[in-house]
Amino acid sequence: MTGVRIAGTGHTHFGKFPERTARDMFAEASDGAIEDAGIARGEIQELFYGNFMGEVAEDQGHQGPLMAEIAGVHGAATRFESACASSGAAVREAVRNVRNGEVDVMLVGGAERMTNLGTAGATKALSIAADELFEIRAGMSFPGAYALMANAYFEEYGGSREDLAHVAVKNHANALENDYAQLQREITVEEVLEAPPVAEPLGLYDACPISDGASAIVLVSDEYAEEHSLDAPVAITGSGQGGDRMALADREYLARTPAAEDASNEAYADAGIDADDVDVAEVHDCFTIAEVLAIESIGFYEPGEGITAAREGETTADGDRPVNLSGGLKAKGHPVGATGVSQVIEVASLLTGDHLNSDAVPDAETGLVHNAGGTVASTTVHVLEVAK
Amino acid sequence: MSEQTDEGYDEWLEAIAEGEAYAFECPNGHGSLPPRRRCPECGDPELERRDLPDSGTVDTLTTIHVATPDFVDDAPYTVAIVDFGLVRLTGQLRGVEDPEEGIRVAAGVEERETTGDDLLVFRPA
Ligand SMILES: [Zn+2]
Repeated sequence: MTGVRIAGTGHTHFGKFPERTARDMFAEASDGAIEDAGIARGEIQELFYGNFMGEVAEDQGHQGPLMAEIAGVHGAATRFESACASSGAAVREAVRNVRNGEVDVMLVGGAERMTNLGTAGATKALSIAADELFEIRAGMSFPGAYALMANAYFEEYGGSREDLAHVAVKNHANALENDYAQLQREITVEEVLEAPPVAEPLGLYDACPISDGASAIVLVSDEYAEEHSLDAPVAITGSGQGGDRMALADREYLARTPAAEDASNEAYADAGIDADDVDVAEVHDCFTIAEVLAIESIGFYEPGEGITAAREGETTADGDRPVNLSGGLKAKGHPVGATGVSQVIEVASLLTGDHLNSDAVPDAETGLVHNAGGTVASTTVHVLEVAK
Repeated sequence: MSEQTDEGYDEWLEAIAEGEAYAFECPNGHGSLPPRRRCPECGDPELERRDLPDSGTVDTLTTIHVATPDFVDDAPYTVAIVDFGLVRLTGQLRGVEDPEEGIRVAAGVEERETTGDDLLVFRPA
C-alpha cells in the first residue's frame, strides 16, 4: 500500500461574498492548489468534491463534473455530501483511492455558497442536516441541536456558559492575523455572554458565522511524489470515519459524540499513533460546545473534562495542546462543504512551519483534523505527519 | 413543499393526538419510531407496537430564538428531548414558565404558529 502526500493546497478567503458562485470560488481554490503542487493540470486523474446545500443555495446539483470543468480537470468527478463533513468524506475516499493504487494524482476540495440565502434561509438550509420528520418538524435548528447537546453536557458533567465563552475568545484570538479568516476581531468573555441568544445557552458569539468559500488540495502517491521530485513534505497517514443515529433523540449519548470517537480511534490505529502523539489539532467548532465535544472525542480529554480546557489555557496558542490555531470554524468561517479540506490545509501548513501561527508549535510533526457532519451523525478524522 | 405521504408518521402523530402514543419494539428490546421496516439497532424486521407511558422525563431542552422561516412566528419556543423509556421523542415544550431538565411531561399534538401545521407538543403532566 502506498502512502499519500499533500502536494499542493489552495484556498479562497472565507467570508461574506454573496455575489460569488461556488464555481467561481472553486476555480480560485483549485487553481491555487494545482499551481502550488507544481504539476501539469492534465496529470490530475480524478476529482472528489464536497458540497452540502448546492441545490438549495444555487439550484445546482451534480456539482462533481461542473467543478472538474471549472478546474480544467478531465476524468471522473464525484460530489460527496455528508453535511458539514462533506469534504472530510471526500478526503477520506481520495486517500483510499490513492492507497489502493488506482489513482496517483487526485484533486480534492469543496465549496459552499451560503450568505446569498440570508440568515433565515441559511438557517433553514443547515437544518436539513437533521431528521426531517422528527427534528425539523419540531422546530429544531442547527444551533438548536447543539444547544440541546450543550444543556445535556452541563446536566451530565457540569460546566457553564462562561467556560464555553473562553472557546470563542481563544479561536477569535487565533484568527486575528489570519487574512483568510472571516472574523478577524478580538472578543471578550463578557461580549460572548452578553450577545443575543440564538438557542439557549448558545448566543451569537457561540456560533460560527454563515460563510462563503472554497478549498482544494492535490493528493499524490508517495511514488508519484518521488518520481516527479515534488515538494510534498506532509503525508496523510491515518484516516477514520464514524457514524451515529441521525436524530439526537435516538442516540445513546446526548453529551458525547461516539461517531467521532470511532473515527479518531480508526485514524490513530491506521497511523499507528495515539492521542498523546498529536502536536496540533483542527477540530470542528461550529459552536463552542462542539469544540468541547470534539477534544473529548479525539482523546485529548476524558468525557466531561474538556469544558475547562480553553479557560485554563491548555488549548490556547501558548498552551500544551493548541486547538484551532487557524481560528477554527468559529472565527475563520464555515462554508460547509469547504471546511474539511480547509482544516487539512491549516494543519499541513502548521506542520511545515508556513502557518501564521506556526510559532506556537515550532516542533510539530503530527497533526489531527476532526470534521463533523450534522450533530455528529457522521465524522471523519485524519492524521497528518511530516514525512520522514 | 410538495404533497408527500408520510405513511406511518402521520398515523403515529394522530395516535399521539388521541392520547395513544406508541413506539415499536424489536425482539431484542430496542425501541424505534415509524416509519420503520426493521429495527435500526439490530436490523430485526419483527417490530411490535408498544404503548408509551402517559408521561416522560425531559432529558434536555433549549429555547430557540433564531428560527427557520417555517417557525419564525413561533419564536422564541422551547424544544425538548423527552425520555419515554422505550424511546425518546423530540417536540416543543409549552405551558412551563421556567423549563428545566427532569420535569414530567405528556405528549400531545398542537399547531405551529407560523404555518398551522401539526406539532408534537409536551405539556406538564
Ligand atoms: Zn433491535
